[in-house]
Amino acid sequence: MRLDLYARPQRSTLREILAPIGAMIVAILIGGIVVALMGRSPLEAFDVYFIEPLSQSYSLQAIAVKATPLILIGVGLAFCYRANYWNIGAEGQFIAGGALGGWLGLLTHDGALQGALGSWWILPAMMILGALGGLLYAMIPALLRVWLNVSEILTSLMLVYVAQLGLDWLVRGPWKDPSGHNLPVSVVFDPVAQLPVLFEDGSLHLGVLLAPIAAVIAAVVFAKTLFGYQVRLVGSAPKAARFGGFNDRAIAVAAFAISGGLAGLAGVVEVSGKIQQLLPSISPGYGFSAIIVAFLGRLSPIGIFIAGLVLALTFVGGEDAQIAMHLPGDLTLAFQGVLLICVLAADVLARYSLRLTMGAKS
Amino acid sequence: MEQTDSALAGEPASPLLAVRGITKRFGSFTANDCVTLGLTQGEVHALLGENGAGKSTLVKMLYGLLAPTEGEILWQGAPITLPNPNAARALGIGMVFQHFSLFDNLTVAENIALVMPQTVKLNDVPGRIDQISRAYGMGLEPNRPVWSLSAGERQRIEIARCLLQDPKVLILDEPTSVLTPQEAEKLFETLDRLKAEGRALLYISHHLEEVKRLCDRATILRLGKVVGTCDPRAETARSLAALMVGTQIAEVRAAGAHALGKERLVVSNLDAPSPSLHGVSLKHVSLAVKGGEVFGVAGVAGNGQSELFANLSGESLAPRADAILIDGASVGGLGISERRARNAGFVPEERNGHAAAPDFTLSENIVLTGHGSNGLTQMGFINGAAARAQSQKVIAAFDVRKSGADPLARTLSGGNLQKFVVGREILREPALLVINQPTWGVDALAAATIRQALLDLCARGVAVLIISQDLDELFEISDRIAVIHTGELSQALPARSVTREEIGLLMAGMPGAASRPSESAHAP
Repeated sequence: MRLDLYARPQRSTLREILAPIGAMIVAILIGGIVVALMGRSPLEAFDVYFIEPLSQSYSLQAIAVKATPLILIGVGLAFCYRANYWNIGAEGQFIAGGALGGWLGLLTHDGALQGALGSWWILPAMMILGALGGLLYAMIPALLRVWLNVSEILTSLMLVYVAQLGLDWLVRGPWKDPSGHNLPVSVVFDPVAQLPVLFEDGSLHLGVLLAPIAAVIAAVVFAKTLFGYQVRLVGSAPKAARFGGFNDRAIAVAAFAISGGLAGLAGVVEVSGKIQQLLPSISPGYGFSAIIVAFLGRLSPIGIFIAGLVLALTFVGGEDAQIAMHLPGDLTLAFQGVLLICVLAADVLARYSLRLTMGAKS
Repeated sequence: MEQTDSALAGEPASPLLAVRGITKRFGSFTANDCVTLGLTQGEVHALLGENGAGKSTLVKMLYGLLAPTEGEILWQGAPITLPNPNAARALGIGMVFQHFSLFDNLTVAENIALVMPQTVKLNDVPGRIDQISRAYGMGLEPNRPVWSLSAGERQRIEIARCLLQDPKVLILDEPTSVLTPQEAEKLFETLDRLKAEGRALLYISHHLEEVKRLCDRATILRLGKVVGTCDPRAETARSLAALMVGTQIAEVRAAGAHALGKERLVVSNLDAPSPSLHGVSLKHVSLAVKGGEVFGVAGVAGNGQSELFANLSGESLAPRADAILIDGASVGGLGISERRARNAGFVPEERNGHAAAPDFTLSENIVLTGHGSNGLTQMGFINGAAARAQSQKVIAAFDVRKSGADPLARTLSGGNLQKFVVGREILREPALLVINQPTWGVDALAAATIRQALLDLCARGVAVLIISQDLDELFEISDRIAVIHTGELSQALPARSVTREEIGLLMAGMPGAASRPSESAHAP
């Protein structure tokens, strides 16, 4: 007895839209079972995770703030994944961008470098440095891949740990606040190096606007430009791409550059807009969660925008659940993992039908 | 022979495998409509029909890949169901597919071992392949990885894979499309032997001459229905084709008298080491094609055709820039886009995945080779409307049959997609067209359309270079024919005076035939 997969003769748009929604429902059911096994009420957990965050202004703002890095990174990853290059290291590129952009925040601390020019240039420069940091960090796996054919999956993943330890060392060492009671934190950025909030007393900062802008631009690039066409073509039919006269190596490098650049931008937005200083760790795993976001959004920028909001909801709901129900924070990561598996399984089921074959020998 | 009478009367006395009143519907589309057919021991039965006539659907049901909507399959008179190919194989039904189902990264032996019963040890497989390969003269090396093999060699793996299972019924889908005449003749001897051993063969082919040579009976399908059963030996190729298509096929018009122009493609002493270990290196290849001329390159699959095509198209760069000239300019060091900008067009052998991206729409596939011209792109943006308009032009000019306004390339049948990728290049009005296997696996009507288009193109002063394994095709439309063998290209011989035997000997690498003193590569 075994399970066989049969390709469905026709693709159905309805099925492809329903697949991620079905995956969400199944993942929520599995999460409910886990919560029940932990001796808590699944209904209460559902309420705390998914309903309450949507009913409060402050938690809605928190969702938008958390969704911003997820969407920025996810949109970038779509370029890599569409081109069939597997950048798993967005977390490292996020940290590299946050560190390089944040460095300018440290340099301009206490009015330094703000003399003749004023301070208007600091935020734009931080954003550019952040994107550059992520981009350059992504070039390491990209160039190793196109020059030496080294697996970008391994190098990009391993470079995450390098970035994490590098930032940890900087914040505990050269970048430590001298008057910080020996705590491993940097100085707090001057207000001119912080992304301003959009409303008084809110947490919604200017950087939040970057997420929809990036998603819309990426959607146009994929649908309308020759570059987006090349990215899709290289991933879908590499031999046809070479026949078309397109350079698959250049496309690989460009996809990594966009992916790393957007991850780095997300990093500096997080550092400047939310944390406002450098800490040994600046990410609760956005770079990895964004992989789930990218797939949940079917690698389409608009889908990723929606998926980023959904995942942010689980982050915010998870924090609430820690406080209200004393559920462990790891439950959120576990749930996100379950969700990714469900999405991938749903993708397969959207294209193939499953049949049980009894007693067949092969 | 002795069955001919009953065959002509309808169903033979005791068919080994039969279908009765079989209908297969996909949604509202009826692929097979009440088809009845019987295969008797020791007969070779031809299944003829255009692409889309329902041949593949029918044999997929016989092989357990599809379940019939109505009707029944009978095995030695008893109704059976075939839930999967394993069930079909267990009964003794083997199938050689037109599209190879091989794993590129595995060796010949590993690929074959995959379908063997689990009781067979992997270590024993190479020996058994050697046996079969020698018995039927297939020349298979069991330990070669499949990625390094040509289309022809891959087809032979499929045949060997079936023969190893000692089938009672063997279904062959276009088995000779990549063989030389001599090799095909060898295959026919094999098939004759299998027939004499009492096996039943269901033979799908577009090569009508070959059906006449080989088959005892023919069932002709058109639009999913049986339109006739006949003794192919009593028919002419032309009458068989007319039954298949339902109309008389116009004979391809000869190019007529036209003046040859200047040399548009010149290759001189091109040496190109193979990029892969098992590939073929090109050795001092020289040729010249004039405007208004069709230059044919014959050869057995895997003798350097794909390498020659890659070097001509610019997908591989030539070691010397002046090894390849297009309209007098050195292009050996230029990529495919720059060569297209010099008004050259290219059609590779593989439709799905090389000439076209299967998961892209037809209009997106127009952009694949047209992005440098025709206003299809502006400032890095694709002009979708222009691409769709150009796509419609190709579809209309070459009668490409499809469903939906702008469907994915993968949804087209082989013949229709081939017409599309050939038409795409022809409507770009190239000065030079290089085309590899223009009609491989394409039905008779589509093949005639494509050949006629190539002749019309050359009548407009275009230089056309065709790489083909189909000698009928080369003799039909070429002005001169050269033969590629182990990466070396013979002198070009005028198609009007050279014989098939001479070409066949060159294809087999026999020297002597090449020393024909007459016309050299530089004539006329």
